[in-house]
Amino acid sequence: MSRYLTLSALAVLFLFPLVWSGWASLEEPSNYLEMARFGEGLDTYATNSVLVSAMTVGGTLVVSALGGYGFARFDFPGKNLLFLATLAILMVPYATILIPLYVLLGYLGLQNSLVGLSLVFVMFQLPFALFMMRNAFEALPRELEEAALVDGCGTFRAFLRILLHAVRPALVTVGLFAFLASWNDFFAPLILLNDGASFTLPVAVVSMTQHTFGAIDYGMLQSGVMVMAIPCLILFIVLQRHYVRGFMSGALRG
Amino acid sequence: MTLTATRSSRGRAAHAAPPARWRGRKVQGWLYAAPTAVIVGVLFVAPLVLVVWMSLNRWPLLGQATFNAPANYLKITGNPLFVDAVLFTLKYTAITTVLLSGVALGLALLVQERRPGIAFFRTAFFLPGAVGFAAAGLLFYGMLNNDFGPIDPMLQALGITSEPVKWIGTPNMALFSTITLVLWRFAGFNMLILLTGLQAIPTEVYEAARSDGAGRWQIFTKITLPLLRPTLALMLILSVTGSLLAFDQFFVFTNGGPDNSTVSMVMVVYRDAFFRFDLGGAAALSVVLLVALVGLNSLMMRRLR
Repeated sequence: MSRYLTLSALAVLFLFPLVWSGWASLEEPSNYLEMARFGEGLDTYATNSVLVSAMTVGGTLVVSALGGYGFARFDFPGKNLLFLATLAILMVPYATILIPLYVLLGYLGLQNSLVGLSLVFVMFQLPFALFMMRNAFEALPRELEEAALVDGCGTFRAFLRILLHAVRPALVTVGLFAFLASWNDFFAPLILLNDGASFTLPVAVVSMTQHTFGAIDYGMLQSGVMVMAIPCLILFIVLQRHYVRGFMSGALRG
Repeated sequence: MTLTATRSSRGRAAHAAPPARWRGRKVQGWLYAAPTAVIVGVLFVAPLVLVVWMSLNRWPLLGQATFNAPANYLKITGNPLFVDAVLFTLKYTAITTVLLSGVALGLALLVQERRPGIAFFRTAFFLPGAVGFAAAGLLFYGMLNNDFGPIDPMLQALGITSEPVKWIGTPNMALFSTITLVLWRFAGFNMLILLTGLQAIPTEVYEAARSDGAGRWQIFTKITLPLLRPTLALMLILSVTGSLLAFDQFFVFTNGGPDNSTVSMVMVVYRDAFFRFDLGGAAALSVVLLVALVGLNSLMMRRLR
């Protein structure tokens, strides 16, 4: 019983900040209205965040599903080198290549662009995603694919029609990690976006504390926190099993 | 660096002997892997090369770059902000890693066994980890505010303090508050890592020890800890790397203050690039950080595994 008392006390400590923030944001409903009018408007920032997350999730799924299938089922020169190079992304601290990425995206005409930011997120997700997808395709019985090939499908049609369905759990896990990372990340958009109209939610809401003249509106700030946190909390609770599965398969970003 | 294949045996078997009819499809294989190759080549390999080249040039935010090696590297030791930041980041990393491992291990042991209701507690401890770090920083920024936050009134009502606490007003308190934020945000994540390790220990081992008359403490020190070593190592590496690269928590929560006492190494890189417009200097700092961290990681992996 004392174990449950300890656990309950700890749960209160861990949940209190979230509950308080929700309560503080609702104390005055006008907090959300003011938040909606802040800067370029909440709708602009939320749209940017949704676009970046959608492009990151979509891009990560497409690239890692194709790549995972290629790595699991085909032999080609340079295969091992490419796999190692992808895993090496984990070895390189993310913060150290953002400065050159800023310059490089400038060369590509993608500075201050949501597309450029999403591509960078796809790159950071790739080691985890490719590893997950390769394992998922390798675990499929070859008969599944061979039956389709005998029926006269090309490998791409077999991939699209049959194999993708079979690896759905891995796709959900990869998509969830890609969403959480791109929706929440602060440092990459801070560096790669430089115009208020293209800010994502984390950069926009943090700027409330740093560029407001006069008093900071703390109630409004907590409503910003809630707008950022609630989609993640819901998704995490709904897809918890997939999250833990991704964890268990041992693939962790370093 | 932190990948361990669960299906490695199966995976390797599939690699070793692809049936004849699967071979000779090089072009197709390349086509499937091409998007990966483009992303990795353009957005990872190219910036790695570029960061080295930038560090060898005077590279202003706007305008022409001119070769000036090794000036960017020579001026690093003369950058007082960076020297202080190195010391501060090391101190922060040491304290955070020790506390985080302790709290995460305690939580993992508490929720290790399947009992009724335990899933709720696991979720409760992990939930802060789903909140973005920037959002978490802003949450604490409000919660610890003297006028707006609930913590000061609560402490005073309980008679623990008699006046508002300067949560981010002094260097030591700013460090303490930031570490509390980090513990809240990351303890559950690290608990989950340790749980995967704890659950991999076969129950027979515990039963055998118990029937040999081992006490709880003996079981913990003689069985749990040694068998948990690889998982603990993974957690330590993630915690050390993450702390050495700390940025969000200080930028959002303390903004480096008071008096630049909580400026981390990555914050100096950021300030050099975007406040002093010196991308070459920032690139040189990045290269130093990169080499140091890759070296440290491989050293830790070799020593701890």
